Amino acid sequence: MADLSVNIAGVEFSNPIIAASGTIGFGHEYGELYPLSVFGGISCKGTTLEERLGNPPPRIAETSMGMLNAVGLQNPGAEHFINVELPWLKKQNTVIIANAAGSTENDYCKITELLSDTDVDMIELNISCPNVKAGGAQFGKSPQSVEKITSAVRKYCKKPLIIKLSPNVSDITEVARAAECAGADAVSLINTLTGMRIDINTRRPIIKNVTGGMSGPAVFPVAVRMVYQVKKAVKIPVIGLGGISTWQDAVEMMMAGADAIQIGTVLFTDPYAPIKISEGLHGWLDTHEMKSVTELTGTVITD
Amino acid sequence: MKFDVQDCTLVGKYRLTPTIYDFRLKNSQLAEITKPGQFTHVLIPGKTLRRPVSVCDVEGDIIRIVFEIRGDGTRILSECEVGSVINIIAPLGNGFNIPKDKKTVFIGGGIGVPPMLYCAEQAGSNSVVINGFRDKSAVILSEDFKKTGCRLIETTDNGTYGINGFVTDPLKEIIDDIDVIFACGPTPMLKNISILAKAHNKPCFVSLEQRMACGIGACLGCAVGIKKSDGSITYKHVCKDGPVFNSEEVDW
Ligand SMILES: Cc1cc2nc3c(=O)[nH]c(=O)nc-3n(C[C@H](O)[C@H](O)[C@H](O)COP(=O)(O)OP(=O)(O)OC[C@H]3O[C@@H](n4cnc5c(N)ncnc54)[C@H](O)[C@@H]3O)c2cc1C
Ligand SMILES: Cc1cc2nc3c(=O)[nH]c(=O)nc-3n(C[C@H](O)[C@H](O)[C@H](O)COP(=O)(O)O)c2cc1C
Ligand code: FES
Repeated sequence: MADLSVNIAGVEFSNPIIAASGTIGFGHEYGELYPLSVFGGISCKGTTLEERLGNPPPRIAETSMGMLNAVGLQNPGAEHFINVELPWLKKQNTVIIANAAGSTENDYCKITELLSDTDVDMIELNISCPNVKAGGAQFGKSPQSVEKITSAVRKYCKKPLIIKLSPNVSDITEVARAAECAGADAVSLINTLTGMRIDINTRRPIIKNVTGGMSGPAVFPVAVRMVYQVKKAVKIPVIGLGGISTWQDAVEMMMAGADAIQIGTVLFTDPYAPIKISEGLHGWLDTHEMKSVTELTGTVITD
Repeated sequence: MKFDVQDCTLVGKYRLTPTIYDFRLKNSQLAEITKPGQFTHVLIPGKTLRRPVSVCDVEGDIIRIVFEIRGDGTRILSECEVGSVINIIAPLGNGFNIPKDKKTVFIGGGIGVPPMLYCAEQAGSNSVVINGFRDKSAVILSEDFKKTGCRLIETTDNGTYGINGFVTDPLKEIIDDIDVIFACGPTPMLKNISILAKAHNKPCFVSLEQRMACGIGACLGCAVGIKKSDGSITYKHVCKDGPVFNSEEVDW
């Protein structure tokens, strides 16, 4: 059997499949179904310094082969995460990534400083959540703002730092380069694409927040394109996500340039997806006589 | 095992009205651990999101669900044929805690009627069921409820069947005589029942709906506003904290 392990910014993952932030909470629920070690890592729910209630409902709308969400960073706050969730998570035999969010540069620095003194393995900076008025997306909008927030946070960050990029930008490669220049150890992309649905019977948006973040299979080609472009633009590891739902998608995302992948929305359709994807990866690698999953990364042929 | 994702075989399919279907799903492991008021999260071929559907009844290794065609997802589900495989996550949610020794009234409105069947079966025969429908053509499950031994009262909004009026009309007449209310149905109905319950100082539990993604409490998608004791509003989640809530804490 091939080796599925990957190393991202010095952190060893038993396989390249990471649960995407916000889709698995702090792991308890999916942990009822299988050991969380089926994932190489878990990116926890976006966490802010203080508890946040999140947006008023409805928060969810279905789209063709996808969905919108406007949960709005509902989370119990950094202290609860560190004292209650993290000790349990650390026993689950998988890499624990904290997903940090905030409203101001100061918030981001403070939460990074707090998390740096804990047992989390990595910090993923969420500067791309489209669902909160002051929730970070403004920091992810331009290369300048990404560079500024990344270098500010870098000073406080003693853990490997992943910058999570928003697809809602005109040139994703410039944003990725800005993160790299400012000291990011890796980038993850894509966060959700801002979308909207209207109930034609009531003439009202289905989501109370009016707009929501789009995810799921429908965004996959956009994510593959962006990962492909970013891989060519930066030297740091690239974590690819957005709409991956089968092992074939995982292979494709890695061929486009991903060193590791995250899966989110597919968990809602099929909670057992991570197991099926790693089995599929094993099968593919064995059939193609590859010894390591890392041999897949960036192997797309474009001539 | 609290819940699992498993295939079931569709072993019975009945059309109760032109738009309401009664499905019998065979899966002994899941049936064994399912309680009244819990729900299943049903995979729909070609759809990203599953559809939450309440458990109507459990008989041996069969989970019964009754659903109405409301859109594309429920239409696709209604086209499944006997013998086909349906994947569900179940049992989900907290369900109703039905006291054995109390005089209970179970109230269902429209497509909120089916989940009350399994509840009524668990209660003693001194309990009452009030089911409300739009009109005669929408009436379902009368024979099943009669078999529970509970007293059955049926209403229609236009009087084409049963009592002419809303479920709250007969409720007003018996409310002083009962100990606890359980209800499932459209939000305005639940709200009116909860007002009545409060006025008569009766405990009342309602089953709420919300749009869902994960169905198990991980994504925080299915929020409902809940009043805290200090009067401020917080959010709880229908799939994990509910679908059954104490009506007093719901932010109507
Ligand atoms: C806990 C719970 C139990 C339920 N039990 C039953 C039942 O026993 N029988 C029954 O007929 N219906 C039940 N419903 C409602 C049922 O889930 C919806 O009618 C169904 O999801 C509609 O799907 P659709 O694709 O046909 O409609 P569409 O409108 O096309 O659906 C689009 C999206 O909106 C969601 N949605 C639409 N209406 C609702 C709703 N009322 N509640 C939650 N999500 C909705 C769908 O799940 C889907 O994601 C229940 C809902 C909940 C939350
Ligand atoms: C319900 C929901 C909540 C999310 N919450 C967060 C979050 O807190 N932080 C974050 O960085 N991304 C969040 N995301 C975005 C996902 O992590 C991911 O970037 C996106 O959904 C695309 O991947 P997918 O198509 O595999 O789901 C959320 C997505 C969903 C669907
Ligand atoms: S649907 Fe995910 S928390 Fe309820």
